[in-house]
Amino acid sequence: MYKAKVYVTLKEGILDPQGAIIGKALDSLGYKNVGNVRVGKFIQLELEGTDKSKLNKQVDEMSHRLLSNPVIESYTFELGEE
Amino acid sequence: MRFGIVVFPGSNCEQDCYYAAHLIGEQVSYIWHHETNLNGYDCIILPGGFSYGDYLRTGAVAKFSPVMDALVTFAEKGGLVIGICNGFQILLESGLLPGAMLRNKGLKFICKYVNVKVENTSTPFTTKTLRGEVLRIPIAHNEGNYYAEAGVLEDMNKNGQIILRYCDPHGDVTEEWNPNGSIENIAGITNKEGNVLGLMPHPERAMEEILGSEDGRKIFESIVSATSK
Amino acid sequence: MTSEQKIVNSEQAEEHVELVFIHRSLFIRSFMAELYEELGLTKEEYDKIVKILGREPTYVELAMYSVMWSEHCSYKSSKPQLKNFPTTGPAILQGPGENAGIIDIGDGQAIAMKIESHNHPSAIEPYQGAATGVGGILRDIFTMGARPIAVLDPLRFGSLEDDRVKYLFEEVVAGIAGYGNCVGVPTIAGDVYFEECYEGNPLVNVMAVGLVETDKIMHGYASGPGNSVILFGNKTGRDGIGGVSVLASQEFTETAQEKRPSVQVGDPFTEKLLIEVSLELIEKRLLVGLQDLGGAGLTCAACETSSRAETGMEIDIANVIKRETGMEPFETMVSESQERMLGIATPENTKNVLDVCKKWGVDAMVIGKVTDDGALKVYDDGELVGEMPSRSLADEAPVYHRTSAKPDYIKEIQSFDPRSLKTPRDIEKAFMDILTSPNICSKRWVYEQYDHMVQTNTALIPGGDAGVLRIKETQKAIALTVDGNGRYCYLDPYTGSLIAMAEAARNLVATGARPLAITDCLNFGNPEKPHVFWQFTESVRALTEACRVFNTPVVGGNVSFYNEWKKGAVYPTPVVGMLGLIKDIKNMTTIGFKRRDDIVALLGNTMPELGGSEYLKVVRKKVAGRPPAVDLKKEKALQECCLEAIEAGLIKSAHDISEGGLAVILAECCIAGKTGAVINGREDTDMELYEWLFSESQGRIVISFKERSLFLLEKLCSRLRVDLTVLGRVGGENLQIGDKINISVERLKNSWQGALHV
Repeated sequence: MYKAKVYVTLKEGILDPQGAIIGKALDSLGYKNVGNVRVGKFIQLELEGTDKSKLNKQVDEMSHRLLSNPVIESYTFELGEE
Repeated sequence: MRFGIVVFPGSNCEQDCYYAAHLIGEQVSYIWHHETNLNGYDCIILPGGFSYGDYLRTGAVAKFSPVMDALVTFAEKGGLVIGICNGFQILLESGLLPGAMLRNKGLKFICKYVNVKVENTSTPFTTKTLRGEVLRIPIAHNEGNYYAEAGVLEDMNKNGQIILRYCDPHGDVTEEWNPNGSIENIAGITNKEGNVLGLMPHPERAMEEILGSEDGRKIFESIVSATSK
Repeated sequence: MTSEQKIVNSEQAEEHVELVFIHRSLFIRSFMAELYEELGLTKEEYDKIVKILGREPTYVELAMYSVMWSEHCSYKSSKPQLKNFPTTGPAILQGPGENAGIIDIGDGQAIAMKIESHNHPSAIEPYQGAATGVGGILRDIFTMGARPIAVLDPLRFGSLEDDRVKYLFEEVVAGIAGYGNCVGVPTIAGDVYFEECYEGNPLVNVMAVGLVETDKIMHGYASGPGNSVILFGNKTGRDGIGGVSVLASQEFTETAQEKRPSVQVGDPFTEKLLIEVSLELIEKRLLVGLQDLGGAGLTCAACETSSRAETGMEIDIANVIKRETGMEPFETMVSESQERMLGIATPENTKNVLDVCKKWGVDAMVIGKVTDDGALKVYDDGELVGEMPSRSLADEAPVYHRTSAKPDYIKEIQSFDPRSLKTPRDIEKAFMDILTSPNICSKRWVYEQYDHMVQTNTALIPGGDAGVLRIKETQKAIALTVDGNGRYCYLDPYTGSLIAMAEAARNLVATGARPLAITDCLNFGNPEKPHVFWQFTESVRALTEACRVFNTPVVGGNVSFYNEWKKGAVYPTPVVGMLGLIKDIKNMTTIGFKRRDDIVALLGNTMPELGGSEYLKVVRKKVAGRPPAVDLKKEKALQECCLEAIEAGLIKSAHDISEGGLAVILAECCIAGKTGAVINGREDTDMELYEWLFSESQGRIVISFKERSLFLLEKLCSRLRVDLTVLGRVGGENLQIGDKINISVERLKNSWQGALHV
């Protein structure tokens, strides 16, 4: 069995107010070396199948069609055997 | 004329839209999201709510409902479609309207009356309004921070697709009166053809004086007038 | 991780292994003695169980008794007091004992309502605690066949200066919003108080209200032996195991943080589907009975429905759809997984019920059947693991007559005389400080996060005296309010509770509604402490008396004991949720002044009553004295007078006077009406001006009206023996009171609206 870990974040350049608030909070806690903070989603999928390249293509498609909104979000993913 | 109101699991303004259509004396019925036949309707409403709980992204799951293919065909044939709040979000996710929705800049759900200025009175949704008229209609959302890329925005402006903008009570479009951070204070847009409208304010909540405003009637009455021609 | 923490955790791990071992040894007696204590049962209670069964209980049985006999489910400490409440009346269709109370509002329509607390879950995980609180109470409403039409939220927190309190406040509000907004039920009213005593133990009460046609009222009865028992909704997991006995019924300590896994997670999307499924099943008349699964989960639903119907029930937990693997039978029986319902249907209708569930994408499964022997039998894949009389679980918990003793602090605190204090140097500054204090200022920051307009019935949005919902297709409207000032009750629980009732009724009357019924949420400390129990009995005594005078029977409610933290008990805080009916919505009255030159007047009398007031707390930093006195007969006369005046069309605005006193109320009338007022009249008393402005005397309403109505109003007031004092006129841009206060309404509004934020 394979497991895919999909990370969805807002695209660079799109305001992320949630990230901004977290950045400010970390700053006020004394972590002065924190730069830009971006908040995203982490989605974990368990996948049946053995052909890794096929699964790769499938996860890419799922990420594009449903898991992210390409207008505002970008995604990356990792695919590994369990 | 006949309104059809699409009901997704998690829609919660379908009864309000139904009542609004009933108030202006028009026929109306519900359309379960599994329906694939939209014959006999003049205007389809995608109501507000939290379709599928909005659990992944607002409107993200609803766009794959069986009714959506039929809706695309309906719109392509020139049928009127209006998406209110969550309905607007679904129209964006499905690509029927350009752009996307982000979380409100204040990161909180906001429910209150806002003022919106009518920017284009020649659409089927706004003929009963005056250009520059300020409508007082409530909003209630967590993700109404509209976003579109610069090029898209420019086209929309050029084509008169931006229909409503948040403004002060006198019609001045200012940042201070923008409740959610949406780009260029956008509250409602149409597609290029002008027959699909998406808006964050809830016109169906502003149909009666007893509830605080009747300004939403103008949008419903515009639709009636457009479809009876 | 420090080494100390490591040790603690490994000890816990060992304990866990031991517990698992114990669960497997279901019939081994030697462990039972230790177990019942851990489950919150006493030796006497354990012995009673043995007597009922005629043998030692199995672990499943013991777990089921422990949750059903917990304070939360059984009301074992409060029953003797609660039985005094008036619970019947011509309009009462359903009193206490069902999932919600039901009140007739004419035209074949009725209102279902109920209030509940979710205090301890919210202290541990504020977002989910508050969210599931909303979910639970909504289920109580649609279980009765009523469509939920409103939520109200009375909240109590510590001082906002504390960072954790801020976090709790923000998350609780977000949790209520997250759940209520998603299910599409408007949150139309509520109140928020900040007092140090709630710091470690906030109060999160939720009231829900529904509308039902009287011929569609559903009951939680498992009638008809042979009928199917159907569980539908979310899958069952290990959520909130022991939530009832451990979380709700034991004193709350800092270490309760470790009980985090006991907190359930809410799923408002599924709840919304359950509303539609349940109402469709009832509309199609496919159900014999319906009950939601709340505290004590399946155990409670199974024994209550069969006990009410005097039947029995067999359940095979192998048929319960589970979210996790390896769940023990007792875990399935006491799980508090949210968004689940238990339906009873005839064999012929069973498939139809399952089909409706399927249409909405809701899991459903037949898990058993109704029997006629009065027994609740639990099977695990055909093997009997528990058998108990249903009644014994639902209705035969021991009843305790707790010891009550008047606490010593009362005498000392009441002996303080506010009149011994000096006059404030700057009355205007004192006024602004009170107006912008967290308890008095606008709660817009809170209610704008709630969808208060969905369903398009909200005729009066939050910020007025009460929430008002019109009833579509009729002339009627209902008004709803929640009230309960813990500070008054701390100083004098009897008088404080009378005030809660008087204010609730006055709030409704000021909108033009006649009070019909109440639901109550009684939040107190540990009832095993005599002084806490004294507070409780005094409070119930007052509510009982006031309900009789106002003709507002109690249709149900909730008692929440053990609200304590390291600094002791919270203020005794009875919260009254009251329903009123406006016969013709044309008469609905709002607080804002309407028209220039209208006369502003006071109905009722002001006494120099500053005990327990906001003035004392905010300006003098003191919580002491006696709360304002309540004369129920006078209060009732005042309310009749206001209602008659409204129904006769004599007045343009009405605003009940409560915390903060007259000056604050005048400011709110100006802000809401977007106009100033000039106040130069005063009652003929020997009070100092500041006492008159900040006194919190009960039985008062500020009204405004056209000059030509004055004559008729005076006649009405003299007939009903209510004092009417002309105070001044509406107009101008400032609120001007004598020569001491002169502030622009714009400034009042900005200060009042902007004071509360996190």
